[in-house]
Amino acid sequence: MNKQFTVVGQPLPKIDAWAKVVGETKYADDLVLPRMAYGRLLRSPHGHALIRSIDVSRARELAGVYAVITAADLPRVKFGILPVSQDEEALCSEKVRMVGDAVAAVAAVDEETAERACRLIEVAYEPLPALMSIEEALARPEVRIHEYGDGPNVHKNVALQFGDVEAAFAASDLVREDVFFYEGNTHLPMEQHAAVAHATPDGKLTLWSSTQTPHYVHRLLPRILDMPAAHIRVIAAPVGGGFGGKLDPFAHEIAACRLSQLTGRPVKIACSREEVFYIHRGRHPVLMWIKTGFTKAGDITGCHLKTWLDGGAYGSYGVASTFYTGVINPVTYKMPVYKFEGARVFTNKPPCGPKRGHGTPQPRFALECQLDKAAEQLGLDPAEMRTRILAEPYTKTANHLTVTTIGLGECIDRVVDASGWREKRAKPRGQGPRRRGVGIAASAYMTGAGTAIYWNSMPHSGVVLRADRSGCVAVLCGATDIGQGSDSILAYLPAEVLGIDPKDVHVHPADTSLTPVDLGSYSSRVTLMCGMAAIQAAGRLRDVIAKAVARKLEVDPGELAFRDRKVGVPDQWERAVTFAQAVELAEAMHGVLAFAGSYAPPKRAGKYKGGGVGPSPCYSYSACVVELSVDEETGGVELHDVWIAHDIGRALNPLLVEGQVEGSVYMGIGEALMEGQVFREGLHKQPSMLDYKSPTTLETPDIHTLLVETDDPEGPFGAKEAGQGPLLPVPPAIANAIYHAVGVRCDEVPITPEMILKGLELLRKGKPARVGPEKIPLFKFKEPVAVESAFGQPADAVAARPFQSC
Amino acid sequence: MKSRLSLSVNGEAHDVLVPVHKTLLEVLREDLGLIGTKHGCELGECGTCTVLVDGEPVLSCLALPADLAGREILTVEGMADGGRLHPLQQAFAELGAAQCGYCTPGILVTAKALLADRPNPTRQAIKEALAGNLCRCTGYTKILDAVELAALRMGQNGLMGQGGFIAPTANQTGQGGLTSPIVGRRRPGEGAPTANPI
Repeated sequence: MNKQFTVVGQPLPKIDAWAKVVGETKYADDLVLPRMAYGRLLRSPHGHALIRSIDVSRARELAGVYAVITAADLPRVKFGILPVSQDEEALCSEKVRMVGDAVAAVAAVDEETAERACRLIEVAYEPLPALMSIEEALARPEVRIHEYGDGPNVHKNVALQFGDVEAAFAASDLVREDVFFYEGNTHLPMEQHAAVAHATPDGKLTLWSSTQTPHYVHRLLPRILDMPAAHIRVIAAPVGGGFGGKLDPFAHEIAACRLSQLTGRPVKIACSREEVFYIHRGRHPVLMWIKTGFTKAGDITGCHLKTWLDGGAYGSYGVASTFYTGVINPVTYKMPVYKFEGARVFTNKPPCGPKRGHGTPQPRFALECQLDKAAEQLGLDPAEMRTRILAEPYTKTANHLTVTTIGLGECIDRVVDASGWREKRAKPRGQGPRRRGVGIAASAYMTGAGTAIYWNSMPHSGVVLRADRSGCVAVLCGATDIGQGSDSILAYLPAEVLGIDPKDVHVHPADTSLTPVDLGSYSSRVTLMCGMAAIQAAGRLRDVIAKAVARKLEVDPGELAFRDRKVGVPDQWERAVTFAQAVELAEAMHGVLAFAGSYAPPKRAGKYKGGGVGPSPCYSYSACVVELSVDEETGGVELHDVWIAHDIGRALNPLLVEGQVEGSVYMGIGEALMEGQVFREGLHKQPSMLDYKSPTTLETPDIHTLLVETDDPEGPFGAKEAGQGPLLPVPPAIANAIYHAVGVRCDEVPITPEMILKGLELLRKGKPARVGPEKIPLFKFKEPVAVESAFGQPADAVAARPFQSC
Repeated sequence: MKSRLSLSVNGEAHDVLVPVHKTLLEVLREDLGLIGTKHGCELGECGTCTVLVDGEPVLSCLALPADLAGREILTVEGMADGGRLHPLQQAFAELGAAQCGYCTPGILVTAKALLADRPNPTRQAIKEALAGNLCRCTGYTKILDAVELAALRMGQNGLMGQGGFIAPTANQTGQGGLTSPIVGRRRPGEGAPTANPI
């Protein structure tokens, strides 16, 4: 492909930016349909209870109420986003498992009436003990939250072993064992979840929803509602922030559908902010034990990681989350042998699931903090040590993942240079109570999951591209824009291939009746997968247009160039035809110009049970240096600057990439210093935006983004992901900088002033100044699936993809 | 119990018949169809629903229209002058300051109030003015950049007295060819990626 780009690499505005700045973008709650009713859900006040009876008669009698439903009004099926965890009900039938579980729903003339009706519903509960921590859930096997799983209250128990870690430790110069805890936190999208359902008299149903994955919702609804998939249409409205929180099918969506079917009216259910805290599916609280061996030079000899995830009340993506706490660490550094054991435990709290970085920020925090400690013990500079031990490009990791390009070395060099790392590390930490420090960490993340959540051989993303005689090109794709700019990517890439302006491209996304399937906005998969499909579709259109123009100009199609909205031979450019004329010629010759593109990732799953989680077409890399001050009197942390370098493969639009990187850094800062989804006496401690602390403009430091391009052969024009990876190095870089500033090791996030003061007190007493978890649960992991380490083997074939012909 | 209220919104007079406990946010969105004003919490915590009342930022989820008779309310829909975007809107679009866009209307009007008070705010002053508006997408960086760019342009155009409007760019109207917009505050050496072929 010609690398002289015209659209790619330009800092263009997003195609939807104009509507967003004038307030015209219609999010799900902005939709209003004639005769629309408004719904509310009644949610459980108990963390764990049997439902003895539900009496809705008084609610039904209230003036203005159109319908009241309970589990009895829905087919008795359980569902879940993963085929292995079918454990949810839209409205609970026999038992509630958390505060916030829905038990009934009302449709009424307005929201206020619906709310009043909810209060008239009488539910008789028989409370059960609520298990609010991993320890409690494991200690009380007689209280069962679910009847399935790998043991009492154990959702998933996994163990994988790639080579002999004990032998590696025995041959090491330094072996460290550390324990870390990463508190759970939530996505907190600015838009609360909302859905509008419209069941029509022909028996069909349309659902508009703030969802990141219309396809998976479409796939699950038929069973939940007991109606044919072919009669259901799911449209993702523009999403007002997702971060992973809008990736499951939810009670409000399902209730809106059923209420619409019963009332014959469109029904809208918009969740309150408090409800969004219960919907959750956010970051798992994870307790980690990590043992790593090192040589004197800092090489890793082997690593053994154990993770315990507090999963909350339902499965959600939890099985994948469990694997993700173990499988991504090895793609960053040379790690010849590796063992991973993980367990996800059910508790009576809102279910955890995928949040930006899905399962990987926690073990990244553990590994990067441990590397900092090891570097100190070995007398090495933590930046130089990391640079020395980078994974090799185009090889396999111990756990059989194929890595392609790796720009991490350059990322580390650039943040080291830009931050003045060497001088700042050498300098004393300041006078008086405010001590300055710098810390570094690095990371890797996948560019799209290599396998779908349900087993199939179909494309992961598809595009239909239609050219019109006007010169306009329409792009239809199931991808869902959650603010990251996927609609814009779908305009830029065909425009690049066809030599037209992105404005000439009209993008129609995320409508299951019109658009080819895209699996959804998760796992940083969208730019790569829909991008590759869009390039393929545009290439097919280009070939047909070239054939027609070549005949007209009596030249060979291969001589033609597409640029500046024209098609012609470069050295006879005066004879070039306009793009619109070219489309007319092609349409006359070929008929209607509509072409499809498809993408599926290369099949590289390791040949062992569990090998399907972790493979990705390529991995992005990030390095981060944080400079901060710690006040020794108050324990307060003030961030000054964050330098972050990110291996993006190629920046299709540097403005959008920077935006993703900056947003990731911001979210990492929140997780490191303030955000925590915590509970007290069975209740969410802070289900409001005032009490759930997140960084404002004042806590967010200057973020210096440095982009590194490696032109990955797997990505569209060489691009990798940007939306998740850059979050990962931020929390450990902050913890490492705090240590540099005041000598306190915080092995737990969020790092609070109390923790730092406690560490300083230990320091004064001459004790090890470490604050963090003290013990790990008594727990028996499974016998590991033992597979030979694939470390250092050459990568599987690159860029051999299905759907190339047709 | 409904009461009749007269409200002046974006320079237009409206008579609405609404229950007195309905918030300004609800009246704007549900009775006047001005959906540009968003809700993030409806408890006065997030800044998403900010509108201007007589030029001052007000959380519309906490304001009662009954208190606002005779006051001038401005929402995001009232920022542009006909087809001409306000420089803040232009800069937010050009610099990628709106990602999901949900917090954008509240931030735009808050920034407008700031620039009316302080045409050349420091970055710290912009941060302080926007500290009550949460954004979960951007890390605020491009938002701050965009407010600075808009302030710069409004100063350069000497249009503060006339509302600071600038003509639409080719990029926005589609009159130009392949477009490359002005990008403000790209720090030298930071935005330009380097090649690292392996």
